Amino acid sequence: MTYLRRDLVPLLVFALFALAPLAGLASYEFTQLARIMILGIAALSLSLLVGGAGLISFGHAAAIGFGAYAVAILDAQNIADAAIVIPVAMLAAALFSLATGAVAIRSSGVHFIMMTLAFAQMAYFTASSLAAYGGDDGYTLYARSSVFGSAVLQDRLVFHYACLALLLLTWLFCRMLLASRFGRVLRAARENAQRVQAVGLEPYPYRLVAYTIAGAIGGLAGVLLANATEFVSPAYLSWQRSGELLFMVILGGVGRLHGAILGAIAYVVLEERLAGLTEHWRLIFGPLLILAVLFFRGGLAGLLEARSRRHG
Amino acid sequence: MAEALLRVESLHKRFGGLAVTDDVSLAVQPCEIHAVIGPNGAGKTTLIHQVSGTLQPDSGRVIFAGRDVTREPLARRVRGGLARSFQITCVVPGFTTLENVALAAQARSGSCFRFLRPASRDAAANAAAEAALQEVGLLARAATPAGLLSHGEKRQLELAIALATRPRLLLLDEPLAGAGPEETARLVALLSRLRAQYGILLVEHDMQAVFALADRISVLVQGRVIASGAPAAIRADAQVRAAYLGEEEPC
Repeated sequence: MTYLRRDLVPLLVFALFALAPLAGLASYEFTQLARIMILGIAALSLSLLVGGAGLISFGHAAAIGFGAYAVAILDAQNIADAAIVIPVAMLAAALFSLATGAVAIRSSGVHFIMMTLAFAQMAYFTASSLAAYGGDDGYTLYARSSVFGSAVLQDRLVFHYACLALLLLTWLFCRMLLASRFGRVLRAARENAQRVQAVGLEPYPYRLVAYTIAGAIGGLAGVLLANATEFVSPAYLSWQRSGELLFMVILGGVGRLHGAILGAIAYVVLEERLAGLTEHWRLIFGPLLILAVLFFRGGLAGLLEARSRRHG
Repeated sequence: MAEALLRVESLHKRFGGLAVTDDVSLAVQPCEIHAVIGPNGAGKTTLIHQVSGTLQPDSGRVIFAGRDVTREPLARRVRGGLARSFQITCVVPGFTTLENVALAAQARSGSCFRFLRPASRDAAANAAAEAALQEVGLLARAATPAGLLSHGEKRQLELAIALATRPRLLLLDEPLAGAGPEETARLVALLSRLRAQYGILLVEHDMQAVFALADRISVLVQGRVIASGAPAAIRADAQVRAAYLGEEEPC
């Protein structure tokens, strides 16, 4: 029962995603929902780093870009089956994270943030110069990935539930990781690295593995993003994207994993509402984030938790 | 004479022009408490840092259990059985008391690269952690977040964590600092009990406790060992009285 109460908010969110299509959504609404869920997957993997390991990556968009470009590059070779695309994309993103993390994790604090940013910018400029895949203009996919030869993902309902299933899976997976022996070392090292060393463990390899896993999940989000828009562009890797993902994680609350999903929802909804008011919507969005950080330290997840506790 | 558990050989460490550790040599036998005393700024904590691997000495050697560990980092020395506590309490505040100790226990039993099962249901680590908490008398507080423990309780927790790493030698940096009189009495009794199983290098300001516990005392003044010997000899040493104990009667 206590478990149920603890996870009431995320379970409710998943239920809402599952039931949403019954409300007879328009095509545009499906698109936005898919975007929320995909950004949710990406933000979850970043939350594993920020909230779990205390690694504030400002280059997480690069992992997503690797996933998305894997789709484009394989597509150019006429390989478009998810059974191949997803593992390749996740592996590519994981390898990139492993190689860059091996260097970046040796530093900490601001240095770590700047190094992740620098590596992501390198990936961004590399993507921009890939003339064969559209360079700056990006690469248009003519269809979504097939699944074992079948084109089921063309159906927006199937795509919706595929995204939802992967979001749920990612959430369960990250939760399992954080609760495991591995996650315990990671969480302890976030709060007190010296304590971890003084029980005989070096935090470095644990952080690097977490960074690599988060990269792989980011790659998965990239595959989905490319499929959702049927388009891949260097903009997926831009530092603004990395910043937006951090917005989601912080606005949602770093203390709880599902905060990342709440953050993704809030981000997409705010973006849409505010963009309707003015094209300079970021001018409003920025201060909102600052207010949220100042007044709701636990983010949206913390806010909802306090509320449900007050109500019994 | 049996091989000492820990041997420190002419350790030197300078911070700029200041010699913080100046040719320090000492040894700890198994089942012995060797106390290091000295006025503030004598370099006691710096010495512990070098023995534990938190700081690298400029020269000299640290031999633990017959092995030269001078260049080994802290974590590897701990795995070899050289546990330490910190002068400034070093716990994971967001973890429960039990989880703090269980972290040490899981580090000592098998790989921590296990991703599937929840660590909180790791029966072996929990049992080892409970045993260590029982030993220091903190089992009743197992479920309390470590950040909410009293200062003295945190000192006890540090000891429990050190014990859960299954050490052969304990480096204790002022384990009694900030503990109340009741807690001090309990900790002194505990340290005296631990002597039966471990070698202990103890840095402590509480002279009453030091003279009650130590088998041997080294006096550190300005980075140098000015005297080393049995408590009775140290108490009688004129140089020590002048440099450190002053007019104050130690006991």
